Amino acid sequence: MTIADAAEPAVSTGRKPVIEIDDVSKVFGDFTAVDHADFTIAEGEFFSMLGPSGCGKTTTLRMIAGFEMPSSGAIRLQGQDVSNVPPHKRDVNTVFQQYALFPHMNVWDNVAYGPRAKKLPKDEVAKRVDELLGVVKLSDFAKRRPSQLSGGQQQRIALARALVNYPKALLLDEPLGALDLKLRQSMQLELKRIQREVGITFIFVTHDQEEALTMSDRIAVMNKGRVEQIGSPREIYDHPATVFVAGFIGQANLWPAVVKANQGTTTTIEVAGRAIEVADDRSGLRPGDHGTFMVRPERMYVEPQLSDPDRWTVDAVVTELVFQGPVVRYELRLPDGSGAVAHVPARRDGLPIPGDTVQASWSDESSVLLPGSPDQAPTVETGPPITAPPVTRD
Amino acid sequence: MTATATQAPSTEPVGPVEQVKGPRQRRTLRSRWLGVWSALVYIWLFAPIVVVVAFSFNDPAGKFNTSWNQFTLDNWLHPFAKADYTAALVVSLKVAAVSCVIATILGGLMALAISRYEFRGKGLVNIVLVLPLTTPEIVMGSSLFTLFFARDLDFGFTTVVIAHILFCLSFVALTIQARVRGFDWSLEDAALDLGSTPWRTFRTVTFPLILPGIGAAFLLSFALSIDDYIITSFVAGDHTTTFPMRIFNANKTEIPPQVNVIATAILVFTGSLMALGTWRSLKRAKL
Repeated sequence: MTIADAAEPAVSTGRKPVIEIDDVSKVFGDFTAVDHADFTIAEGEFFSMLGPSGCGKTTTLRMIAGFEMPSSGAIRLQGQDVSNVPPHKRDVNTVFQQYALFPHMNVWDNVAYGPRAKKLPKDEVAKRVDELLGVVKLSDFAKRRPSQLSGGQQQRIALARALVNYPKALLLDEPLGALDLKLRQSMQLELKRIQREVGITFIFVTHDQEEALTMSDRIAVMNKGRVEQIGSPREIYDHPATVFVAGFIGQANLWPAVVKANQGTTTTIEVAGRAIEVADDRSGLRPGDHGTFMVRPERMYVEPQLSDPDRWTVDAVVTELVFQGPVVRYELRLPDGSGAVAHVPARRDGLPIPGDTVQASWSDESSVLLPGSPDQAPTVETGPPITAPPVTRD
Repeated sequence: MTATATQAPSTEPVGPVEQVKGPRQRRTLRSRWLGVWSALVYIWLFAPIVVVVAFSFNDPAGKFNTSWNQFTLDNWLHPFAKADYTAALVVSLKVAAVSCVIATILGGLMALAISRYEFRGKGLVNIVLVLPLTTPEIVMGSSLFTLFFARDLDFGFTTVVIAHILFCLSFVALTIQARVRGFDWSLEDAALDLGSTPWRTFRTVTFPLILPGIGAAFLLSFALSIDDYIITSFVAGDHTTTFPMRIFNANKTEIPPQVNVIATAILVFTGSLMALGTWRSLKRAKL
């Protein structure tokens, strides 16, 4: 698979794999929660599993933790098959969605629970707990009960408690979901800092694409139990492998396209009644195939006259203009009736207004051809994609 | 209520201030009636208990402690003066202790299993669990008698304990189940995840957190066991007499004031346990 190959570099740069998900499936009754997941997570990596609810990301995490057994395939931890090893015998620890702090113990005892379970000597337990409370900057709260702490503090205690055993990997199940936006953003940076400090592999489950882009070294985008793409945030954003990924990560203009010709890595397609070339095409589509053409809104130019002849351009009519501060959001209508959205930097003058005929353009490196039709884009949750709305011609 | 209804229109023609006063008056009148009504209910509920407590300080004229003669502390100074009553009390306490410990363990495990796991026949188990609560005691007592008799068992302490376990079990299981319903099972996951064995997880996380429920269930079943007469009398045989049986059997010949003393003592004991429990949960809620 080309997708998997693209993901390999992180491993081949010399970092050893910590967790290998080897063709793992999980079936509950007649529902396939995880469908042949197959990837590797390297040592020290910040790896995210991203997808809408029900995509299988949490089930995959629970299989790594040991709370679920794979229906088929194997999970290896540092080369050892742990598929059927119970959770208390695995060297991975979890930060739970609702933190799951023990309400009848104070903060110190919560953090000490792991090392005590491992029967470490008393002074070693104390040393580790104090160290980890220092890492999460909550040393002064050791004697408090979890219920006396704020959400963000509870979150950090859960983190300290899970890190205190020095696990081979830390699993985080939507740990920031319960926090408000501001706190979430500061915790994202905090998590990155802590990960650098302790150097442990983090496996992070989230449905928030922005969170995943901000923090991850690599992201696995999941949908309906399948891993759609694995790659760095940049790769996934610039070169989505599927329409789902394109629509789920960021915003995207998605137009139906028909392939006309292949020439090396350059593919000629027909979009909105125009012939367009896509350089560096990875879709694998052949002439005659139907696919989806994608351009990100912020990669679009909107001008009265095309200023750069190297760009691809279509005629468009401005239907709506929304001033959003740093950018202006244009809604456009193309000659074939389909819609488009462009985000352009807000300048002080010369902005086209609704009703104007403009040139909507983009450069070679911004265009992506994807297999599948535009309606495979996700319709709910974060950042709804701007699929070509069937604008009725008047 | 009719008084207020006829009063209200009469205030209508007067100024707006009076109109505001109308409903308010009605409200105070209504709440006054509510107060009287509540007081009556409480008198109804507590009158027998007050009588029991009061008569523990009575110096009865005859063998029956049923009419007030004169105040004395004598009964309280010699609560165990009647040896056969004391012996019966000891039997009752023993029966309650043994049967409630067993019922609490078994019922607790049942409650945990029902709340924690999905298994075939769970619905059936739930129905069977409620059944003893709805079965008339006289039916349960007589059927237990038949069962033990057919098995040729010696009637006595053991059969009483078995019977008490039986009727306490449902109460225990349902009480603990109610307590466990809101339990956050991810706490168990967290403990296992941190390397704790399942047994250590139960000991250090699950058990301490459901302990208040277990305690409540134990106290409830203890009260049921101490109190039971009907079923016990069927299965006790000739040589085992519990405290309620002793009182019941004696009420034609004698009711000494020690009965009231012990009843009051039990009342005060359970009352203070309840107060302690309430105080602790209030304190915890404040934290």
